[in-house]
Amino acid sequence: MIEQQYIDLFENYRRDLDANSSEGMNRHRDSAFDTFKQIGFPTSRMEDYKHSNIVRVFDADLGLNIRNIPVPVNPYEAFKCDVPNLNTHTYFLINDRFYNEVEQRKSLPEGVYAGGMRQFSEQYPEQFQKYYTQIADSNGNGIVAYNTMFAQDGFVIYVPKNVAVEKPLQLINILRGGVDLNVNRRLLIIAEENAHVKLLVCDHAVDDVKFVVTQVTEIFADVSAQVDVYELEENSEKVTRLNNLFSEQKDKSKVVTSSITLHNGYTRNNFRFRLLGAHAEAHAGGLAICDKEQHIDNFAVLDHSKPNCMSDELFKTVLDDKATGVFCGKILVEKDAQKTLAYQTNRNLLNSENAQMFAKPQLEIYADDVKCSHGLTTGHLDEDSLFYMRSRGIEKEEARLLLLVAFTRDVVDLIRIPSLQERLTSLINKRFRGELMRCGNCNVCK
Amino acid sequence: MLKIKNLHAIVENQEILKGVNLEVKPGEIHAVMGPNGSGKSTLASVLAGHPKFEVTRGSILFKDKDLLEMEPEDRAREGLFLSFQYPVEIPGVSMVNFMRAAINEQRKYKGEQPISATDFLKLMRDKRELLGMDSQLVSRSVNEGFSGGEKKKNEIFQMAMINPLLAILDETDSGLDIDALRVVAAGVNKLQTKENATILITHYQRLLEYIKPDFVHVLYDGKIIKSGGADLALELESKGYEWLINP
Repeated sequence: MIEQQYIDLFENYRRDLDANSSEGMNRHRDSAFDTFKQIGFPTSRMEDYKHSNIVRVFDADLGLNIRNIPVPVNPYEAFKCDVPNLNTHTYFLINDRFYNEVEQRKSLPEGVYAGGMRQFSEQYPEQFQKYYTQIADSNGNGIVAYNTMFAQDGFVIYVPKNVAVEKPLQLINILRGGVDLNVNRRLLIIAEENAHVKLLVCDHAVDDVKFVVTQVTEIFADVSAQVDVYELEENSEKVTRLNNLFSEQKDKSKVVTSSITLHNGYTRNNFRFRLLGAHAEAHAGGLAICDKEQHIDNFAVLDHSKPNCMSDELFKTVLDDKATGVFCGKILVEKDAQKTLAYQTNRNLLNSENAQMFAKPQLEIYADDVKCSHGLTTGHLDEDSLFYMRSRGIEKEEARLLLLVAFTRDVVDLIRIPSLQERLTSLINKRFRGELMRCGNCNVCK
Repeated sequence: MLKIKNLHAIVENQEILKGVNLEVKPGEIHAVMGPNGSGKSTLASVLAGHPKFEVTRGSILFKDKDLLEMEPEDRAREGLFLSFQYPVEIPGVSMVNFMRAAINEQRKYKGEQPISATDFLKLMRDKRELLGMDSQLVSRSVNEGFSGGEKKKNEIFQMAMINPLLAILDETDSGLDIDALRVVAAGVNKLQTKENATILITHYQRLLEYIKPDFVHVLYDGKIIKSGGADLALELESKGYEWLINP
């Protein structure tokens, strides 16, 4: 059993885990451990993981930095953010730890917290306990249970009632290590009533070792709150990213997420959106560009339980070489969720004979007065469009690139930070041109 | 400028063109007419280099170069332009980026520098006004959500931007109301010079009231069965094609 070594590790190092974290996080380890012992890692025998056999990535000799041995890096040197127009408050997680070497003087609005999770759990114990592990459900999700067992730090944003953070926040996750490493990171975003915040999360692997990363993000949007979370993955081919994003929304709130994989190894993104108040809106975008033997699996659940809510999913995949893509989108409309509007679109482009895409829309509707739709296509670039462009003198390869970038356009358009849209378009362009081979730096900031 | 000799072409194993001969000289306007299914659009597609069509016999010389040896983009850069019967919608590619790419690729081919931003915007504005196009249309994705008439106007707008040597207008009049037809015809007439030439492919004589052809050809069953002057079009209008097909 692959799980056994992690069960032993947890039992043997429990004291070190606790000593290098906070009481607020520690108190959740036991129940997560019980769950993990029961269900273990997901395997491809489970329907929802049919095309991503997660358990096998843990069948390796991975190190965990349980004792919080400092990793030598100064992100402020390595990732100086001086891009015009992309003006953000910048924070760093080195592997799973909040980077706090330099005193950060951020001009955040009064009462807003953005920073390390350990510190937050001590400074705001009440708020922390109200949300931590309460939104991310580890029942039936072995990765979330595993993450809760081992997570020792992370990043928290807390925006109190009626406060709008105008400038976007940017969290740069840096993976560093001299040996193959397992990293378990945690994000918590709390937006109280009528609070507004936007977060951009960038993932970067610096060292050329194997990383297995679990990340659990919990988002809470109270009445009329607006939360945007954009994730940009630029990792090496040796990185496995197991991401779980959970969002809960109250009345009239709006949550916009977009998960963009520009460069990766093996990625599984789980999204679960729960619309728990009336007139709430959720927009979930996703784009993955994969080639070689890269793997992307986007799994999204949209749960409508109250009336008059709206959800819109747009996921796109571009696959080349022997890359594999998976998309599964579940829309659940519960009995009381009358007048629901739920849309789902999944479009996939195969640029080689050997690329594979598995796509599955699932709609479960128990209310009778709803509008739900889903559309799914998988195919090649349109030959007529190509010819049309060539007939105007545009080189075949150039026309192909223009069409590929055009294919990604509506996902980029979902992002509500115009300067980030521009930056992303240019990165996507470079990615298709093969000029974005491997990330050794923050491309958003370069 | 263009010499087509004994052109045979097939699509999906069916022979559509069965020996077309046509010569076009600078300054000339040729109209190719004929009933549905006679091969008019195939001729246009073969000239532009659509990969769906295969030329089995014959030759095409364009400016004394072997056109059939050229990729579609090189034909365009040499000065050939096709106004599509059914222009393609390309969501996500803006008209501005599309036109800038087209113009710069053509300039690159001629060894010229890319067009400056101000020159490009001026060119866009001038040609847009020539065709009476809404500035909104130009800022949208290529043909996306355009009406049939707007798409046809957009074809002539692109032609005006690119300024080709030989323009082939494939059923440009279909889907145009009378006002749009006048604007499009006026645009084509303004672009016509002593150096360039136009081939009009059309069903009806209607377009020829606005653009006066020097020659009219009747294409039937993959061959040109009759050629004449502008009068031939009028004769076809009153008598139909039947007298030519079954004399």
